[in-house]
Amino acid sequence: MRHSTADSPQTEETSRNAPQVMRPAHKTGIIGYGAYVPRYRVPGKEISRVWTGGNTPPTVAEKSVPGLDEDTVTMAIEAARNALARAGTDGAEIGAVWVGSESHPYAVKPTSTIVGEAIGASPALLAADWEFACKAGSEAMQAAIGMVGSGMIRQALAIGMDAAQGRPGDALEYTAGAGGAAFLIGPAEDALAVFEGSYSYATDTPDFWRRARARYPSHGQRFTGEPAYFHHVASAGRTLMEAAGCSAKDYRFAVFHQPNPKFPQRAAKLLGFSADQIQAGLVGPQIGNTYAGSALIGLAAVLDRAEAGDRILVVSFGSGAGSDAFQIVATERLAERRARAPLTADYIARRKEIDYGLYARYRGKLST
Amino acid sequence: MDIARHWRLRRQRYALEGEQCSHCRAYVFPPRDICPHCGEAAGPVHKMSGKGEVYSFTVIHDPPTGYQSQAPYAVALVKLAEGPLITAQLTDVDTADISIGMPVEMVTRKLRTDGEEGLIQYGYKFRPQLSTP
Repeated sequence: MRHSTADSPQTEETSRNAPQVMRPAHKTGIIGYGAYVPRYRVPGKEISRVWTGGNTPPTVAEKSVPGLDEDTVTMAIEAARNALARAGTDGAEIGAVWVGSESHPYAVKPTSTIVGEAIGASPALLAADWEFACKAGSEAMQAAIGMVGSGMIRQALAIGMDAAQGRPGDALEYTAGAGGAAFLIGPAEDALAVFEGSYSYATDTPDFWRRARARYPSHGQRFTGEPAYFHHVASAGRTLMEAAGCSAKDYRFAVFHQPNPKFPQRAAKLLGFSADQIQAGLVGPQIGNTYAGSALIGLAAVLDRAEAGDRILVVSFGSGAGSDAFQIVATERLAERRARAPLTADYIARRKEIDYGLYARYRGKLST
Repeated sequence: MDIARHWRLRRQRYALEGEQCSHCRAYVFPPRDICPHCGEAAGPVHKMSGKGEVYSFTVIHDPPTGYQSQAPYAVALVKLAEGPLITAQLTDVDTADISIGMPVEMVTRKLRTDGEEGLIQYGYKFRPQLSTP
């Protein structure tokens, strides 16, 4: 990442207004990563059959559905174990476990405490739950870079995981899926991919929200497009790329938040990326929108394929609204560590189709 | 639901923490004060690998109180790779596809919930091993 040089001096005013691209005191990276997607799939055609007599074309072919015994805690634990397996460590050196989700099982009692205990990171541990719609997990990753990069702790686990609920019959029911990924952040010297920089962009934008006691979220329909997703993703992505002195051709892969197939494709175009560059990280069309897991599971899918030296741009989006952008470069350690846990594609391939009735039972939409 | 009991058992329930006897080297699960094989004082903590195979199984259609929401489900005797035989539910598998000798691995899942406002109890279940490279 290049600093402003002497031949483009900044006045005090321009540096006060210039966006702050974030680099910690010590370089950090991803020392382990892992995905998780549950086994069940409900076809989009089924949802369309029940609600519109088959008249509405589904947004995605099928979406993932958590089983009766799964929730954000159980899924986060498995992704975390995969991340630790790739890192080749146990939980003893982890100083923070942070899970970001829209579907924490408790409103008070962090998912992170249960995950931390399950992976042996307790008791010397920071544990808290993060919430910022679909960017809760990437927000945790930003903070993890800070905690590790400052030298306060040696390793931090940032997880984005969701078992998002879609209101029955609503447009979002076609895509509200389940899954996500965990990233163990540590010193760059141990990393399978290093962070070159990151940036966060957040405003008060009311595109999608859920009140505390409401069961399902509400959204502003098309308002979620231009003023929300595209404005924040493009702003965050563009700022980071400019600060890095990079254009789209300098990256091998780009991953965007993927609420549906079209939004990330359009975001890619806005920032100059080709369809090829976003292909590896685009898992939404196969499993739906995993909300706080979305951009992160896309990153996991990219790391499953990346080679040493590949530069990756990740831009998440969370309604409310904001985007986290990361610039990451794969190292030569990736190839060997990748093989230590199931690939994202392995979880996607593991599927059992269910109908709308079973889906409604599994998702707790039927009152007994 | 007994909060204190589940809290005391959390390490064994979440992570299959047992012991390896320092006298006869046998693996012990659940952890105990005395080794059930040689009768000496129990050894240091050992986290089981989670790998095992189905020794026997049955399918529960009429569950005990608190377990109805996940019925029907399979319960198995799982022979852990380290030796101990434990009882656990099987998950992520159609009951028709379960067979004796099937390789399985431990996963942490919801066991039961104490209603809409109560605590959620997590613990071990087993599922068919995912092929890992």
